[in-house]
This record gives sequence, C-alpha cells and structure tokens, in this order.
Amino acid sequence: METTVSVEQVSRAFGKKTVLSGVSLHMEKGQIYGLIGPSGAGKTTLVKMMVGMDKPDQGTIEVLRTPMPSLSMLQQIGYMAQSDALYNELTGEENLRFFASMFKMGKTEQKQRIAYAAKLVNLTDELEKKVSAYSGGMKRRLSLAIALLHNPPILILDEPTVGIDPELRQSIWAELIRLKGTEQKTIIITTHVMDEAEKCDVLAMVREGRILASGTPLQLKQQYDAENLEDVFLRAGGKES
Amino acid sequence: MRIRALVLRIFQQLLRDKRTLAMLFLAPLLVLSLMYYLFNHTGNASDAKIGAVNLNPAIVELLKEKGMDITTYDQASKDVVVNDNLDAMMEWRDNTLHLILKNNDPSQSKALQMTVSQAVAGLADTAQKLGNPAAAPQITVKTDYVYGDADTTFFDTLSPILIGFFVFFFVFLISGIGLLRERTTGTLERLMSTPVRRGEVITGYLAGYGIFALLQTVIVVLFATLVLGIHLEGSLWLVLLTNILLAFVALSLGILLSTFAASEFQMVQFIPIVIIPQVFFAGIFPLNHMAEWIQIIARIMPLYYGADALKSVMYKGMGFGDIALDLVVLVCFAALFIGLNILALKKYRKL
Ligand SMILES: Nc1ncnc2c1ncn2[C@@H]1O[C@H](COP(=O)(O)OP(=O)(O)O)[C@@H](O)[C@H]1O
Ligand SMILES: [Mg+2]
Repeated sequence: METTVSVEQVSRAFGKKTVLSGVSLHMEKGQIYGLIGPSGAGKTTLVKMMVGMDKPDQGTIEVLRTPMPSLSMLQQIGYMAQSDALYNELTGEENLRFFASMFKMGKTEQKQRIAYAAKLVNLTDELEKKVSAYSGGMKRRLSLAIALLHNPPILILDEPTVGIDPELRQSIWAELIRLKGTEQKTIIITTHVMDEAEKCDVLAMVREGRILASGTPLQLKQQYDAENLEDVFLRAGGKES
Repeated sequence: MRIRALVLRIFQQLLRDKRTLAMLFLAPLLVLSLMYYLFNHTGNASDAKIGAVNLNPAIVELLKEKGMDITTYDQASKDVVVNDNLDAMMEWRDNTLHLILKNNDPSQSKALQMTVSQAVAGLADTAQKLGNPAAAPQITVKTDYVYGDADTTFFDTLSPILIGFFVFFFVFLISGIGLLRERTTGTLERLMSTPVRRGEVITGYLAGYGIFALLQTVIVVLFATLVLGIHLEGSLWLVLLTNILLAFVALSLGILLSTFAASEFQMVQFIPIVIIPQVFFAGIFPLNHMAEWIQIIARIMPLYYGADALKSVMYKGMGFGDIALDLVVLVCFAALFIGLNILALKKYRKL
C-alpha cells in the first residue's frame, strides 16, 4: 500500500490554547479515512494543515511525500471547507467555472469536469440559478462539486454531508466509495455523525486535540468490546455511557 | 489565466449589485453637484501675507491694523508672489494701486480685495477731512491674478480636492467591503486552498476593482469639467492619471484594512479614522499657515499628494514635471500597500 498523507507528531496552539497535541496519522490510497469527534475537537484545524493553509507548531505533514505547505500540492488536493464558501451573486455554473479556472486544466477538460461534478451532486438542472437562491443542502452539494472539479488524487472533506438529505447523502457516499475504489483516491472526511463513521475504512477518534483511538470500525469495536462506535468513542475517552 | 478569471468574477459580482454600482457611479456626481451649489462664500483676509512696493504708509498702517503681515519689496511681480509664498502684492505706480492676488484661495482673495478698497476709501475720507482734497485723487485699483481670474470661486479650488476625495473614498469603501465579504463568507480562504499564488490574487483584485475605479474616475472628471463647468486649466490626461493612482492607493488600502475588520460595520468605522482626516489635510484648509507638526502629519496622507497634484493641474495649469513628485509618492504608497496585502494573505495560507 502506498502512503499518500502522513501526519507526524503534529501540535498546534492558538495563543495559549493547545488545539492539537502530538497527532500522528498515516493514510493510504484507495481508502476513506474518517476523523470523528465532537465539535471543537480540532478536526478542522488538522485538515487545514493537511491542505497547507495552516502550519503545525511542531511536527511535519507530508502529502504525496512532499512536505506541506506546498503550492504545487494544492493541485493534487480537493478541499471542501466546513463553511459553504460560495459567491452568492454568481450562478452555480459561474462558481464552478471560477474555481475550475484556478486549477491547471484545458478548456474541454474544464467543461467535462464541471458537467461531471454537477451531475454527481445532482445540480445539473440548477446550475443557471444564482447561489443566493440555493437551499442550504444545495450549497453544500455545490461546495462538494467544487472540491471534485480538478480530479485530485486526494480529497479532504470537512463535514461534507451536513444539511444534505438522507437520500442524497446515500448517493454521495456511493460515489465516494466508487472514487476510492476504481479511481484509487485517498479520501479524508471529518464528521461528528457516527453512522457515517461506519462507512469509513479507517477511523481516528479525535477529542481535545488528541487521537483517542484509531483503526477500522471493526477493530475498534472489538478492541473496546463495544456494540457500536458511539460506545467505542465514550469508552476510549474514559467515560461510560 | 487565473487573473482573468478573478477579474471576470469581480465584474460579474459588481455588475449584479445595482446598489453598489449606483454608489460607485452616481453618488459622487450627486454630492459633487450639491457641493457646487453650496460653496460660494467670502473668506477671511486678516492673516494674509502681503508684499508692498512704494505704498503709502497710511495704507500700510491701515492694513496692519487689520492684522495683515506686510513686507516691503522693491519690485512687484507674480514670480515674487509665488516664490515668497505671499497671498498678494500691492504696488503704487502711475497713480494706480496695482493689486496682484495669488488667488490660491478665491474666498480669501475676495476678502482681500474688499479690505483694500475699504482702506483706499478710508484714506480718501481722511484726506478730505483734513481739508486737503488735492491729496485725495480718485484712486483706482487694478487687480491681477496669479491663478484663476475674477470669476474664480472657492469651488474652483475645492473641486480638484473633492474629485480626488470622491475617487479615494468610494473606491476605498467598495473594495474594502467587497474583500471583507470574501473574508467573512470564507470564499477568500477557499480561494487560497487552490494553487493560485498570493500575488495573482492581489493582481486580480487590483485589476478587477481597478477597472471600475478607472471608469468612475473618468465619469467624475468628465462630469465635473463638462457638466458643472469646473475650471480645468491643465491637461485632462494628467487629471485622469492622478486620479487613477489615487484610486489604486485607495484600492490597496481598502483591501489591506479589511484584514483588520471583522464586519462591514467595523469597515465603516475606519472612515472617521482613515478617510476624514485626509480630507482636512488635503488642502481644503490651506496648510502653509499652520503649525509645523500639522504640515508633517499631512505628509503621511496619500490624499495630500493627490489633492496637491490635482489642484496644480486643474487650477494652476501646471504640467507633468510639476506634479511628478506627487505622483511618485502615490506610486510608493500603492506599492507599499500592495506589498503588505500580499503578506497579509499569509493569514489564509502559509505560503
Ligand atoms: N484561528 C484560530 N484562532 C484561535 N482559536 C482557534 C482558531 N481556529 C480554531 N480554534 C480553536 O481550536 C479549537 C478546535 O477547532 P476546530 O479545529 O474548528 O474544531 P472542529 O473542527 O473539530 O470542530 C476550537 O476550540 C477553536 O475555538
Ligand atoms: Mg470543524
């Protein structure tokens, strides 16, 4: 297996507040990694450092064996931020085209990728509308489509399915599973929803800036002798439900 | 081309925002017109610096009583007025009082003229009372102007400053708020998660908003000169050039200050700190009679240089050589702010 993202003993503090301490993670291609933990655990801080938008105070992060931050690696990463950062005055299609222009790709490829990404998130018929007229779920979907535009080998998605209805969530997960399978992408997802965690290949449970436990969902359940992941989380954190 | 995509996006956004467009293009014209009809008043001549040549001591005495600062010269000319920074010169020659007004501030000129004619009339009165009508011939006053003419109003000197100010203010506000919105909605952060370079981002914004600033400048200047008939002594191109540089300073400063604002309201709070003082120091009140430290403060304000260049071209009819220094300073301000902007983007991505 080929390691695509490696996080080595990473710590990060904002002022006096330590947000991450000694986090290490190794991710391989063709797998879905779930970072699961309550809000404020430090998930967003960690994935932002993987993208290179922030720097660790201690430790190193490598993506495709390149130390981050690295400008050229950004072409290899599809990042979906936690907030829907979209241009509301523009239509869905204009948003897609704008972000596509920031990446290296030809005109025809751009057209194809925009059509593909829009279809994937079920927005093909809504592309002409201004984003200000979109619902919360539609914005989330458009945001996901933008992350997929340049066909990156690594996808980093920060709470991608928040506000998306169950049916579409199913289809998005189906596509993510296809992407990791046939296209051998590395997919990193943060979530605080336990039933999504079940679908990940490897899980890391994050709380207060530390990895409490990591492994496949099955391993974790066996290790902590738990019925479900929720119990694993509580037991790993030293608390009983 | 990433920069082209950035520019295109700013165009799409601004063109769909009708209110911002109106603020950018109509508000300056409206305010300029209002000011045009508002400003016509008489100034104060009591602290004027006067050069006197061969002047009747009685008149000198009278003018000194009014508080004026009188210096005696051998010869009167417009050059002396400009070089010695006098407000006016008076010469008694051929039974005529020749008055040379610098007319830097037309309202002061009007007041000066009034004072002089009062003094002359007073002199005639005194002579008559002393029973010496022969010593009181009909004194005629001939007035000459260094800048402008008798029709010059206060607004003619104010308008170059106002034009510069409007360009500065509206460009500052719109680019600042535009960028702030990108910061608060997270689009700027998202943009920085693509392989775009920080320099490209800043160039894109400068070009995108810059084109609107350019259009605004052209409209404001043409409206001021063609519709309101504001005095334009020098070249229109120099006026445009100065305003464009001023717009770039405002643009880069607006983008920079939006880094330090957390909301649109906080952006507006910069106006009394950053914008209003510049108006006062831009020459609406003549600075050369003021304390040294005030003049030093003026020199750190971009609008001071912009207004000086605009006044020189529009009112005094000066050429490129005379305003080159002002323009260089504006370029330096813009370069400084642009550099700081590129650094400030590190907040969103550490390279
Ligand atoms: N730029 C920042 N400055 C100060 N504190 C921050 C900053 N970013 C995140 N934090 C803090 O770090 C902690 C973890 O935040 P975050 O990574 O967003 O958590 P999560 O994504 O798991 O909900 C929170 O307590 C948050 O307040
Ligand atoms: Mg988060």
